Amino acid sequence: MDALLHQIFSGIASGGIYAGLALALVMIYQSTGHINFAQGEMAMFSTYIAWELIDYGTPYWGAFFLTIVFAFAAGVAIERLVIRPFHNLPVIALIIVFIGLLVVVNSTASWIFGTTLKTFPSPFPSEPLWNNHYISNHELGSIGVVLIIVAILFVFFRYTTLGLAMRAVAENPISSRLVGIRVSWMLALGWGLAAAIGAVSGMLVAPILYLDSSMMGGVLIYSLAGAILGGLDNPWGAAVGGFIIGIMENVLGAYVIGTQLKFSVALIVIVVVLLLRPAGLFGRTVVTRV
Amino acid sequence: MAEQVKTSTTSTVAGQPLSSVPLVKSATAQIQAVPLPRRLVGARAWGIGAIVVIGALLPFALQNFYIFQLTLAMVYAIALIGLNMLVGYNGQVSLGHGALYAIGAYIAAILMNSYDWPYWLSVLPAGVVCLVFGYFFGLPALRLSGHYLALASLALAVTTPQVLKHKALEQWTGGFSGIVLSKPEVPFGLPINQDQWIYFFVYAIMLVLFLGAYNLLRGRIGRAMIAIRDQPIAAEAMGINSAIIKTSTFGVSAFYTGVAGALSAIVVQFVSPDSYDFFLSITLLVGIAVGGFATISGAIYGALFILLVPNFAGELSKSAPWAIYGVLLILVMYFLPTGFAGFVRMIGQRLSAMFTR
Amino acid sequence: MGALLSVKNLTAGYGETVVLHGLNFELREGGITAILGANGAGKTTTLRALCGLCRRRGEIEFDGKRIDNLVAEDVVRLGVAHVPDGRGTFAAMTAEENLRLGAYLRRDRDGVAQDFENVYTLFPRLKERRSQQAGTLSGGEQQMLAIARALMLRPRLLLLDEPSFGLAPLIVQEIYRTLRTINQQTNVSMLLVEQNATLALDLADHAYLVETGRVVISGDSETVKADETIRRSYLGY
Repeated sequence: MDALLHQIFSGIASGGIYAGLALALVMIYQSTGHINFAQGEMAMFSTYIAWELIDYGTPYWGAFFLTIVFAFAAGVAIERLVIRPFHNLPVIALIIVFIGLLVVVNSTASWIFGTTLKTFPSPFPSEPLWNNHYISNHELGSIGVVLIIVAILFVFFRYTTLGLAMRAVAENPISSRLVGIRVSWMLALGWGLAAAIGAVSGMLVAPILYLDSSMMGGVLIYSLAGAILGGLDNPWGAAVGGFIIGIMENVLGAYVIGTQLKFSVALIVIVVVLLLRPAGLFGRTVVTRV
Repeated sequence: MAEQVKTSTTSTVAGQPLSSVPLVKSATAQIQAVPLPRRLVGARAWGIGAIVVIGALLPFALQNFYIFQLTLAMVYAIALIGLNMLVGYNGQVSLGHGALYAIGAYIAAILMNSYDWPYWLSVLPAGVVCLVFGYFFGLPALRLSGHYLALASLALAVTTPQVLKHKALEQWTGGFSGIVLSKPEVPFGLPINQDQWIYFFVYAIMLVLFLGAYNLLRGRIGRAMIAIRDQPIAAEAMGINSAIIKTSTFGVSAFYTGVAGALSAIVVQFVSPDSYDFFLSITLLVGIAVGGFATISGAIYGALFILLVPNFAGELSKSAPWAIYGVLLILVMYFLPTGFAGFVRMIGQRLSAMFTR
Repeated sequence: MGALLSVKNLTAGYGETVVLHGLNFELREGGITAILGANGAGKTTTLRALCGLCRRRGEIEFDGKRIDNLVAEDVVRLGVAHVPDGRGTFAAMTAEENLRLGAYLRRDRDGVAQDFENVYTLFPRLKERRSQQAGTLSGGEQQMLAIARALMLRPRLLLLDEPSFGLAPLIVQEIYRTLRTINQQTNVSMLLVEQNATLALDLADHAYLVETGRVVISGDSETVKADETIRRSYLGY
């Protein structure tokens, strides 16, 4: 029983990680209608920037804040320079561009920052709460941060004009222009915010997984699965999806399929959800009349 | 083709790009198969014949190492035709063909290693297994499109190395360490060395497969594939059975890639799980993008590209090849969506126009 | 009274194709002008050109200001609302969210609330279905939603692209009645593109007939309706 509880808490902790990146994916999807396969790598790169800042002597929260600003700016820059020119091209071309971006960011990170594993500090105190041995303060704190971001995103997209405008742009750019929305600004903003969220997620992951260029690779797959499971257009859903995936991964990994096959959990979830209920558990199914 | 790209992306008014009317353009409007004017066909046939003959003579002119490299290039070319069928001609995005390549390689390796099958007999079963697998993956793929299919195939690509390392299959797959195979012997006492023999073996298979692909893609089925890619609803209305064509394309594409995988096992004499990771799928994608979507010759250009770049770029730094792949992927999609094959065709057309003044 | 909208020598098209070859027309404030013509004549292109949604050259003046060098987002800001062909509704959003988007540029919350009221009074069906996903509304309701969304801008000029397209005659009549009411109540000018000439001529006070990108006939709708040659050659009855 104790072992099972361990797995579940471990799963919740991992789930927090997946939920974090899943939120960045939701952000991009809600504002542009695309799935950014390079989101994980962008988050990893931002985390390296944070590491460099801290290594240079910047206090943690200063580095945290600066990194978010950097990530936002980088996200906007990437949208303008790399994604914008491909706006009108077919989906296949875009997917290839995302993959290209993934590869470039990943290899640039290896090249600039080297390949040795780095440790990353956590802002949370290290003495586990109530001396429990299930979940660390950092993991708890990460979950807390993720939940705060979820709440902010939810309110943003559902109740603010800006959020509404971003969703409009993702759905129908031309009609958006006809109501006066500056489409290009919205897209850039979406990318900037997604990159910022990704950076936060990366900085929360690094103390657990250790920082190197492959840090976010596995996380991306699980986050994608979580976001699909919960619904790409619903921040709560994606977060919940992330947690479910985390728990499934750990529990199934420990008891059913063995720790070697964990990715297959993601694969099966993705395929099953996309076939049976593409909008995800909590997403909005869009019905269109022909 | 270049003109089309310019119109939709560089026209501006007051600094903002003008969007042209959203005509229902195809999923791959910029990367359609480039048509050939009739008068070039005759010249082209001679050209291809010459290349085939040269290809058959090359192993006698090169050192073993280069023969090996070329053989590997041919193997890639076969895989690329497979992938191109699915992505370029039929418009279904797969980020998971590395998995099919792996399955083909392992089936062949297991047949040779655990069951003592001769190498030349193990290629076809590998292809067939992949064909079946591909067909069945194509069934759910019917309901997925664009991003979602990419996502599902990505997950497949990522899962495959894990499955290959799994303990339950270890007695066949060799787990982490993979399988070492023996180099094929030269049969019938022919006066050539092993590398040359392997080259000819692969060469013959490649010619057969290319011919098959050519017939398939230029014929009725090929046109149906393209129709489904460009105007899926209209295609259905015209009586094309989308579902059958799409799943069959998946199957055939998987067959080709599986055969390539099997051949790679024979050529390299080694299979290991980590050689077939997600980055292999990306490499194949780069191959068809750079070579040219929806072209057959693109497979050759692409294969040479993915073979040579790591060699040269690897000298710069370990991460350089990937950085180059990534940047090239992006640049090619923007500047040269028809790939190198399209570029060559364009030059050919300009030249022929010049000569027929 | 000067024209609210004046168009001189408008050429426009898509990519390499030129669809409009030097169009000239104008619209006075508060008036309803119809642009008629067969398929492919360039009617939709005209409206798109006014909004900056396609390549164009020429002199377009709105309220005394040149707008032919403006992008769509800026044309909208001058008070031009476009109800595109195909309705252009945000299918995944609720009807109410569509209307909120129509008011995107507005800063006056009371005014917007008032306009919500007005719009729901004009189109009671939309009020009933305001929390429903727009994509599930019927064709007629979507057309009403599209018009309502445009009205949320409090525009000075309303561009309507084939509002009767694909709709049952009864619904079309209802919509056209509402358009007349809107024009009478708020004096908003309308530029109406229609294939259904009878409908358009009943609503509009002035009409232009466009053929392959050029204006071939212009006059007030009574005259155009009465003229037999015009009726026979261009309007088919």
